[in-house]
Amino acid sequence: MSVSSLRNPPPFLDGEDQEPEYDTRDLDSDDGEDIFTGRSNKPFTPTPPETDPPTDIFSEEGYTVQTPIKHPSLHTNILEPKFNGIQSDEELDLFAEATVELTLTTPNSQGRKEVCPTGPHFSILNAHSSLRMPDTSNKTMEELEEEEHGDTFELNIAVTNPEKMGDGMNAFMTYKVSTQTSLPAFRSKTFSVRRRFSDFLGLYEKLLVKQSLMGCIIPPPPQKSVVGMTKVKVGKEDPSSADFVEKRRAALERELSRSMNCLDQCIRVCVFCQLPRAVNTQALSGSGFLKMINKASDAVNKMTIKMNESDNWFESKLQEVENEEQLLRRLHASFDSLVNHRKELCSSTAMFAKSVAMLGSSEENSALSRALSQLAEVEDKLEQLQQEQAFSDFFIFTELLADYVRLLGAVRGCFEQRVKAWQRWQEAQSTLQKKREAEAKLLWANKPDKLQQAKDDITEWEAKVGQSERDFERISSTLRKEVHRFEKEKCRDFRHHIVKYLESLHRTQHRLVKCWETFLPEAKAIV
Amino acid sequence: MTSISQDGDRDKLRSVSVDLNNDTPLLIDIPDALCERDKVKFTIHTKTTLNSFQKPDFSVSRQHEDFIWLHDTLVETEDYAGLIIPPVPPKPDFESPREKMHKLGEGEATMTKEEYTKMKQELEAEYLAVFKKTVQVHEIFLQRLSSHPAFSKDRNFQIFLEYDQDLSVRRKNAKEMFGGFFKNMVKSADEVLISGVKEVDEFFEQEKTFLLDYFGKIKDATAKAEKMTRSHKNLADDYIHISATLTTIAADDNEAFKSKACISNVCVCVQKLEARVASDQELKLTELFRYYMRDIQAAKDLLYRRARALADYENSNKALDKARLKSKDVGQAEEHQQQCLQKFDKLSESGKKELTSFKARRVVAFRKNLIEMAELEIKHAKSNMSLLHACIEQLQSN
Repeated sequence: MSVSSLRNPPPFLDGEDQEPEYDTRDLDSDDGEDIFTGRSNKPFTPTPPETDPPTDIFSEEGYTVQTPIKHPSLHTNILEPKFNGIQSDEELDLFAEATVELTLTTPNSQGRKEVCPTGPHFSILNAHSSLRMPDTSNKTMEELEEEEHGDTFELNIAVTNPEKMGDGMNAFMTYKVSTQTSLPAFRSKTFSVRRRFSDFLGLYEKLLVKQSLMGCIIPPPPQKSVVGMTKVKVGKEDPSSADFVEKRRAALERELSRSMNCLDQCIRVCVFCQLPRAVNTQALSGSGFLKMINKASDAVNKMTIKMNESDNWFESKLQEVENEEQLLRRLHASFDSLVNHRKELCSSTAMFAKSVAMLGSSEENSALSRALSQLAEVEDKLEQLQQEQAFSDFFIFTELLADYVRLLGAVRGCFEQRVKAWQRWQEAQSTLQKKREAEAKLLWANKPDKLQQAKDDITEWEAKVGQSERDFERISSTLRKEVHRFEKEKCRDFRHHIVKYLESLHRTQHRLVKCWETFLPEAKAIV
Repeated sequence: MTSISQDGDRDKLRSVSVDLNNDTPLLIDIPDALCERDKVKFTIHTKTTLNSFQKPDFSVSRQHEDFIWLHDTLVETEDYAGLIIPPVPPKPDFESPREKMHKLGEGEATMTKEEYTKMKQELEAEYLAVFKKTVQVHEIFLQRLSSHPAFSKDRNFQIFLEYDQDLSVRRKNAKEMFGGFFKNMVKSADEVLISGVKEVDEFFEQEKTFLLDYFGKIKDATAKAEKMTRSHKNLADDYIHISATLTTIAADDNEAFKSKACISNVCVCVQKLEARVASDQELKLTELFRYYMRDIQAAKDLLYRRARALADYENSNKALDKARLKSKDVGQAEEHQQQCLQKFDKLSESGKKELTSFKARRVVAFRKNLIEMAELEIKHAKSNMSLLHACIEQLQSN
């Protein structure tokens, strides 16, 4: 029972399934180590024991499926006719947006410096990059001033083709994750694997580990929905379950694309995309419960310890983030109701069309009868239009809002991580203090044998204090960069989607005009 | 209390075409109306060259109940049995906007001030629209009466127009209400019986089938159109909320969200346009269907009366035969039969005329309204398009 036939995204969802373009800053907080150097030298992240160091994986020519991305929207993007002079820009832009940029900045490449409104932080980035990569083609983007020139790589990810595997309550949906890349790190240019939803969750968890050390912002995956999945499992082929699958598919795709931002994350995601079998990314369903407990303890923690904030920036930012989250939630709710009302309008228009058709058929004046049936047809077309508009309302904007609400939650999580790091530092300091006191006591009590122990302890704890302080600093600075980057992306994302949405509205109106214009002569012909 | 003056908008508002009473010596319009708590007072202005009136130009104030009274007296007049009596205008119904206003008041705390004012404006516009509609419907009623050769001479009609005191129409007391209700029941039972009566005239047979069928369909269409218009209005309302939230977000964040301010403006305009589309659609399409539904009901009433007369005639025939058999009261029975025959003939004749003109009227009205609606839709969609285009340009250039 495969549902795959349903779900190739309808073409008008244009760039919707395109990964939004992102600039990535080289988040080079690993002290000069970057992923590609890491590749040859050492494991680049605190990898869990099972995963081989990167070299092995990349050379593992397990299997690569040379499937060209069967992504209809990728093609229709370029070919779809647009209106009114928006055309030429659009084509270029949408195509450009099909790629995700990963850049390792080389200092002063091509004479164009990064223009960073945030000043001092980013100049650090430029200095660090140590590896030069071959230059790949540059894309024109609309915001050229933000582009980092230099080394750009292509990496497109698409999540398509949901299929149901298994039966009954053990059934699950798998999605085809297709990657197209020109990163030299991968042996082949295109490949695809099948993953299931819990794999995505597992990936997210792995990335979260990273987050706690680095302060990167990781986009959270869509919610695990028991009800939705049960419906799918049971095999009811009703539109709501198809909708659910479609929503999930789109959400997963967006999430993967967003994860492309942090370079380190990227590699992990690529691994995720490449391995024939998802290794160790399966999240247990029990972990959800665990997470809830963790969250509860976190909340308690937050309340008890007040951080001594040295940098006001963080505090105000956090406030901003929280406010924005609220507002976005509200906006999301209004958009939701908009979508619902539009769907209502669709159905009532459809009914109206039918009844007008019946009226037309019983009308005795032939011209009027024709006109009425024409009216019925127009209303039918209108219904379709409204349906499509509802679709794009939803996918373009509402989902975006939902994603951003979640992302903002993740940002808040990062802030919390920072606070935790500070706590750790403070704890280390206080432990050090205690050790010192213990040492002093020993000295006074004159017990030489334990003294050595105490001294060792002290050195150990001093090192820890130093480490945690460094951690904290690092997290703070990374967080700053991340937040800046996030905001830029958010701005761009929103603007992009707003434009898309307006364009879809525009299109709908245009077609509306056409419909009514075909009707008008019929109405005038009534005698 | 709201009052409106209609002069400029009158032609635009007219959603149902009526033989304009330009060439008749009796011109009626409702230039003004006052809305008090629960009642609407219409100012009816008459210009006439007929001698039967005392003055050539005068105005009176009437309420909805007076209209009902007028309609009922016309219906009850025997002489008009062969005519289609224009349907009584529906009672002014402010229930829906009032309910919404109430809900809005309750939800005030959850909305920003701006949002609240906008919603309130919307509601006021809706209220005004309902108001205009009801005035218009009453006006059309009177105009149809005045343009009809028979009705315009009706004494009651003249009283209605002229009597400058309050008509103080005795409101139907409970007994009469009940009686009216009962009469309706009898009538519908009768209709069923009478539809079995054999129809001699081809024309009337056709008309009957057509009207019965059409009535059902148009009733259905009206209901669906109403539903559609309502969902459209809901949609427009949503845009208000969205634009309000967007404005708040834009206000918070400085330059990063200039685009949000732009789209918030767009949302406001889109909302206005959608609301206009919805209300135009309602006016042209839904009102059209509604009005003709009632009109067809009136035509059906005519047919009913005629069929009633036919039944009477046949009954009188039977009675005559019986009397002849019994040789009792033959003269009386004959007279009765003659009367019935006359009545029936009269009804048939005038009925035929009325129904033919009704058909023509209906087609003309449909045509006019459908054309107007299509043109309005196109206009709105085009202005929507240009608005969106401008905004997209602005966003992309930013």
